[in-house]
Amino acid sequence: MTQLTNKQTRMRKDQAMMAGVWASAGLTIIFLLWVVWHILSNGLSHVSWEFITGSYTRIGEASGIWAMIISTIYMVGLSLGIAAPIGIMTAIFLTEYAKPGSKLVAGIRFCIESLAGIPSIVYGLFGMTFFVTVLGLGFSIIAGALTLSMLILPVLIRTTEEALIAVPMSYREGGYALGSSKIYTIWRLILPNALPGIVTSIILSTGRVIGESAPVFLTAGMVTQIPESVLDSGRTLTVHLYKLTQELFTQHEWNQAYATATILIVLVLLLNLATKIIAARFDKHSH
Amino acid sequence: MNKLEVNNLNLFYGENHALKDISLPIPAKQVTALIGPSGCGKSTLLRTLNRMNDLVEGVKIEGDVMFEGENIYADIDVKQLRMRVGMVFQKPNPFPMSIYDNVAFGLKAQGEKDKELISEVVEESLRSAALWDEVKERLHTPAMGLSGGQQQRLCIARAIAMKPEVILMDEPTSALDPIATHKIEELMDELRKKFTIVIVTHSMNQAKRISDKTAFFWMGELVEHADTDTLFQHPVDSRTQGYVSGEFG
Repeated sequence: MTQLTNKQTRMRKDQAMMAGVWASAGLTIIFLLWVVWHILSNGLSHVSWEFITGSYTRIGEASGIWAMIISTIYMVGLSLGIAAPIGIMTAIFLTEYAKPGSKLVAGIRFCIESLAGIPSIVYGLFGMTFFVTVLGLGFSIIAGALTLSMLILPVLIRTTEEALIAVPMSYREGGYALGSSKIYTIWRLILPNALPGIVTSIILSTGRVIGESAPVFLTAGMVTQIPESVLDSGRTLTVHLYKLTQELFTQHEWNQAYATATILIVLVLLLNLATKIIAARFDKHSH
Repeated sequence: MNKLEVNNLNLFYGENHALKDISLPIPAKQVTALIGPSGCGKSTLLRTLNRMNDLVEGVKIEGDVMFEGENIYADIDVKQLRMRVGMVFQKPNPFPMSIYDNVAFGLKAQGEKDKELISEVVEESLRSAALWDEVKERLHTPAMGLSGGQQQRLCIARAIAMKPEVILMDEPTSALDPIATHKIEELMDELRKKFTIVIVTHSMNQAKRISDKTAFFWMGELVEHADTDTLFQHPVDSRTQGYVSGEFG
């Protein structure tokens, strides 16, 4: 009968384990829904067409976030415009050109990993000193975008590299065996097959750019007007939220903060959705 | 007339001496089979013939391979070489694109823009690979939808589209079922009229069925090579004898 009892203990362990994983998974979902619900329930009622498209003044007669939306779009576009080509080319270099295991590759990898580990405010400090002051760009969208592009570069490289490595070696062999050049093989065979991964990594980086606050206000400033050029200062949505939470004096400001957070959450959810749709699209096409 | 001539070829993977002083003539418009147990160097030798070993880190090659009297390990254009010496791999490796685009890939890579010409070559190549009738209605559907045997014939068509003089085949039927294998072997019988074929095979029966010449490899050495009938019926070396009689390998 001992065998049977053993079995029962094992079953009980199994059940405990099962309960544990289900509870953890459940909690994760509950936390997410809770945060989203909390923000939306406090913010959604204060989101209006006027709030989204209106202008902003500090003293409170106008509280629109249009300027921040535009600044955020500039910041995303410019950061990715700088970081994505550099990141993708670096990843191509690492996977297709560099000798695997060479000192150069190890060195670059070490740099990338170290860069990824630096707290974002340190990038902000660097950007403020170097881009804003030394290069004389001033507090500006371009100074912010340069700083943020350094910040997102490591992840962009890493994820693009993974996408490239995932392209089967047999495609490369097949391409080269037909006498096609390295460039052609990379452009027509390897990159198209790595595209879903690259697009995903770009969208994730977009989320990162939208999400950062400290390195942004240290380099792009906090001016609440629509930037006329990339040399103007601008306040992104996240910086705006940060600023609002610093000055929560009135109910009105509190409402603005939640309304801004609502917009941010909706943006991030939309981005995630886009990632899923794009990934699914590519999946369908390649099989 | 020999299409290819391997002369005193030594190949090292780092410290590992994988090919030892190989000399082998490969006659034009015949099928040469390379046989031997796993790890004997037959696939490695095949890959020296179109310099695919260039893709492997740490390979060192001594000696030379003459292709139409030209040493392919001298300062030559590897892309040109690979167009003239095509290759079919062990596992069918169609690209994840349409059947048509697979066959057109090599031409487009050479910068060919003439759509009519490309279409002609695609049809011609698919016909030569005995695949045209099976796919002509669905040229623009994904190649991944084909069966394994069809995929392998597509890869053969893709190689033929470059109008090569030599086709190297690295165990082209080892991932296929007997019926698909039979079709590929039939196809090879057609192809030998136009191309010089070098095939690595695990199956001695396949070598007997399809090849004119056979070369037997053993631990990086070329033990002997001869007309296929001679090698199988009157092997000189005791190792060859043991292998072809099925005693080991």
